Amino acid sequence: MRNARATQLLFELARPGRRSAQLPACDVPEVPLDDLLPAEALSPAPPPLPELSEPELVRHFTNLSTQNMSVDTHFYPLGSCTMKYNPKRNERLASLPGMIDLHPYQPSATLQGLLELLDGLQQMLAEIAGLPAVSLQPAAGAQGELTSLLIAAAHFRTLGQKRTKVLTPDSAHGTNPASAAMAGFDTVQVKSTPAGFVEMEDLAAKLDDSVAVFMITNPNTLGMFDRQIGEIAKRVHDLGGLLYLDGANMNAILGITRPGDFGADMMHFNPHKTFSGPHGGGGPGAGPIAVSEALAPYLPVPVIVRDGDRYELEYDRPQSIGRVRSFFGNVGVLVRSYCYLRTHGPEGLRRVSENAVLNANYLLSKVKHIFPVPQGDRCMHEFVASGARLKSDRGVSAMDVAKRLLDYGFHAPTVYFPPIVREAMMIEPTETETKETLDAFAETLFRITEEPPDLLCEAPHTTSISRPDEVRAARQPVMSWRAE
Amino acid sequence: MQPQDLLYAKTHEWVHVETDGGSKIATIGISHFALEALTDLVFLELPEVGRQVKAGDSFGEVESVKAVSDLYSPVTGEVVEVNAALPDQLGQLTDDPYGAGWIAKIKISDEAELQNLLAYADYEKQCAEEGH
Amino acid sequence: MSLAQARSNRVGDARGEATQHDETMPYVANTTDDQRAMLDAIGLESLDELFEAIPEELRLKRPLAIPPALSEMELTAHLTALAGKNASAGEKVCFLGGGSYDHFIPAIVDHVAARGEFYTSYTPYQPEASQGNLQVFFEYQTLITQLTGMDVSNASLYDGGSAAAEAVLMAVTTTKRHGRVVTANSVHPEYREILATYLANLGIELVTVGTPEGTVSPAELAAQINGDTACVLVQHPNFFGCLEEVDALAAAAHDAGALLVVAVDPISLGLLKRPGDYGADIVVAEGQSLGSPMSFGGPYLGIMACREQHVRRMPGRIAGETVDRRGKRCFVLTLQTREQHIRREKATSNICTNQGLFALRAAVYLAAMGPVGIRQTAELCLRKARYASGRLTADTSLVPAFSRPTFKEFVVRCPHGNVEAALERASESGYLAGVPLSRWYDDLADCFLVAVTERRTQDEIDGLAACLKELTCSNA
Repeated sequence: MRNARATQLLFELARPGRRSAQLPACDVPEVPLDDLLPAEALSPAPPPLPELSEPELVRHFTNLSTQNMSVDTHFYPLGSCTMKYNPKRNERLASLPGMIDLHPYQPSATLQGLLELLDGLQQMLAEIAGLPAVSLQPAAGAQGELTSLLIAAAHFRTLGQKRTKVLTPDSAHGTNPASAAMAGFDTVQVKSTPAGFVEMEDLAAKLDDSVAVFMITNPNTLGMFDRQIGEIAKRVHDLGGLLYLDGANMNAILGITRPGDFGADMMHFNPHKTFSGPHGGGGPGAGPIAVSEALAPYLPVPVIVRDGDRYELEYDRPQSIGRVRSFFGNVGVLVRSYCYLRTHGPEGLRRVSENAVLNANYLLSKVKHIFPVPQGDRCMHEFVASGARLKSDRGVSAMDVAKRLLDYGFHAPTVYFPPIVREAMMIEPTETETKETLDAFAETLFRITEEPPDLLCEAPHTTSISRPDEVRAARQPVMSWRAE
Repeated sequence: MQPQDLLYAKTHEWVHVETDGGSKIATIGISHFALEALTDLVFLELPEVGRQVKAGDSFGEVESVKAVSDLYSPVTGEVVEVNAALPDQLGQLTDDPYGAGWIAKIKISDEAELQNLLAYADYEKQCAEEGH
Repeated sequence: MSLAQARSNRVGDARGEATQHDETMPYVANTTDDQRAMLDAIGLESLDELFEAIPEELRLKRPLAIPPALSEMELTAHLTALAGKNASAGEKVCFLGGGSYDHFIPAIVDHVAARGEFYTSYTPYQPEASQGNLQVFFEYQTLITQLTGMDVSNASLYDGGSAAAEAVLMAVTTTKRHGRVVTANSVHPEYREILATYLANLGIELVTVGTPEGTVSPAELAAQINGDTACVLVQHPNFFGCLEEVDALAAAAHDAGALLVVAVDPISLGLLKRPGDYGADIVVAEGQSLGSPMSFGGPYLGIMACREQHVRRMPGRIAGETVDRRGKRCFVLTLQTREQHIRREKATSNICTNQGLFALRAAVYLAAMGPVGIRQTAELCLRKARYASGRLTADTSLVPAFSRPTFKEFVVRCPHGNVEAALERASESGYLAGVPLSRWYDDLADCFLVAVTERRTQDEIDGLAACLKELTCSNA
């Protein structure tokens, strides 16, 4: 059934003279180009793009799409990524012309509906965060981290304090230290216990008045809620530091506990995870942040202000850090988040977290008999199983298991993260999966452990390609097609 | 060169010291143990000739498909020569780490620092511990 | 909360007993029976026990104070009503630009991007299950190199503005010059604001050269480049729509050992010399023009391309070609050790993902356009913009602000009266006539920026001229 011809590269399919786009004739008086632009600015020929007909293009891209696994087609328990169902109504509503055909510099009088929506979203995010001030501008979670750290830097500048360090647990997402470096801070790692909790002695040893921010993910990257969070916040605050919550795992705690209530001063959301924005093969996401009252003056501009029934964008905020992204941010993603939140309401959001945690614990209860789960019998919305025993007993790695799962029609879990668990397999089922799917997944995992190692080391066997040679790709990088 | 005859930094660089006229020149490379751990190498960044480095400074980078490591200078001094052909022949690094796979030569400015380096037996012990 | 309580709390409880698929739970499949069976398997009595790890005193003991749930029909009515309070570009004639443009989007772009296999998939961590996305990224990268004349493109960043800031940081690490960055007043003011924000804590000086004539003087720019200057950031065509003297700017940067970073309008490359051909070292662009809706500013597409020797300092994902175990061509994410998940605080950037879906849109758009279509689009923009600037300055009291050649945008000065008021009234008459420049430029407070894409017709341009004639003359 596979149409290998249609999935040749665009450049191989192309033939000179083929056309897809059709443009209207010029309806203003034609003037020779040379009269309009200086000759030295012009290119002698148009860019050498491929030439294809519209039917070929549709067939090409449609066939390529079938070489992806996706949430619409497969169970996708990619830990830390919250691959939940992407509601179709949100796609339809975010594409209304009155939502999508809007220019960022339109007069605000022509944008009142959208600004009302965005203001409503800010209020809902503030309530979920337990932190009063929100900026929707950051384009992704990582940019939300950076924005928050720049806010922290501005805050300490105002206070006249020189704080040079950011602390992160050793189980943190790689974005945390990378964001800290971009904001001009040095990163210091704090050790974790085997369950991924902050090692309090190590924290005490590393915490002093040169620490600006402690960045924590809670529930953490092992899917465990760190009960010490209240004490951690107190210790950080006692020394004048700020606590940042990486909101990657908010799907576990919606309406159950709030970062602001457990001591966070700032946080980001990942709307493409928690609020069902489609992941789009790697984006777009968004990274709205929520901060405490004291940090609100530093939020990026513009911010939405409400004056009676009228909404305006305010740019004149002297203490603002400035901007991290052009225009207003990833509005299309935010509209989908708004739709998601309005679809659920307070009870519905709580149900989301309850079922996400239920599904994860249920799957854990099955998987732990196949792969040890070092953190124990309980988790929040995800858990990390270890393939270390299978590796030492039979020479089969977590990656081999991941690859073999593809053959059975399941996307693989996240493997080898977090780095504190050997042969880590991070499994996040989300609330949108059925019990039958979880049962089938666990059965498949079991079946795989019974299969011959040779078969597993060569897996996958049924995908359009077998394992790629990544060494070759990195040693002699070929990053674009070139005509021979 | 035989690995037994070399000195080692805790960060897995080896050092061979020769006298050239009045000055001591350290030839530096990466140990076989470290190269094994890095697996398939894809990229090497050399220091610039003429650069002054301190012992413990990062003066280059070696990269495999899945990991990247800084190269730390085991000695203080000036980089006087680099194995310029090596980045294009990474196989030499893996095949002959103590010979054709040398990375840089540094004119040592503080000989006393050599005492901070490990002898082969001690380095082997360190590796054995890390391997667990 | 126990299951019994959960049921009694459920909105629409009267019907809730009969069916689990009530309006508040549209995307959760677990029935009460499922939940019971799953709790039994775990060895728990109630859903509430799942959250025992969260200390009691940290729990929220009330429902979230957010509006109640809406059914799909109610939500549709609500969103439709909100959308009705906005004026879309379909209702008013759009002459707004400044980095976001009302270009035509062929139907196949929307069609392809609406494939669930594309938009509900994620970053290709498992290449065997992601060849569709990976090949699209490889094709996108190739199309961008063809468009820009550069050696290598990444698989995209967030938007043009943050891409410009990332390019500058990349130039800093590439050149190892941490002292200064030189830019021009004619670069998009928001891009410069982002850059200033990104540089705020890094101790790098940002010098901005003035552009009173609408473009930057290569000599004045050269005077600001010192031996510790990492790069020069210019925009071409610039924020005012004017063409910069890019050859001379490239020479100025390179003579001093600095890199040339250029922000371009991708549509202009249907006509203008490619950055790779005039010596750019890093090229960035806002890719919205390539098949993405204006969407009030996002999501957009940050394009970044560079010369091959700089690729290991480039931020963002990159797809690369290789072979699988059977020797078959395939694609993977490559050079990943640059990235934050491996290199952490020493990564080239903190960026995690790309704008995959919008890279796909740009790939479909460019493939649909081909060399002929992109050329025609660029020509239509140029001709119509020139026609519009002629009409506006001939028929009304508006005057051109600058005399340099322009591409699809131009700045006009309104010598009499209030620009903002005039634009507001034009909007009431059905024309989004331009972007006022007072927010960013004190010396251009009486000016506005007009953009004309291939979508604007002669009738619409004539209509705008007539409308502005009335407004600007009545102001006089």
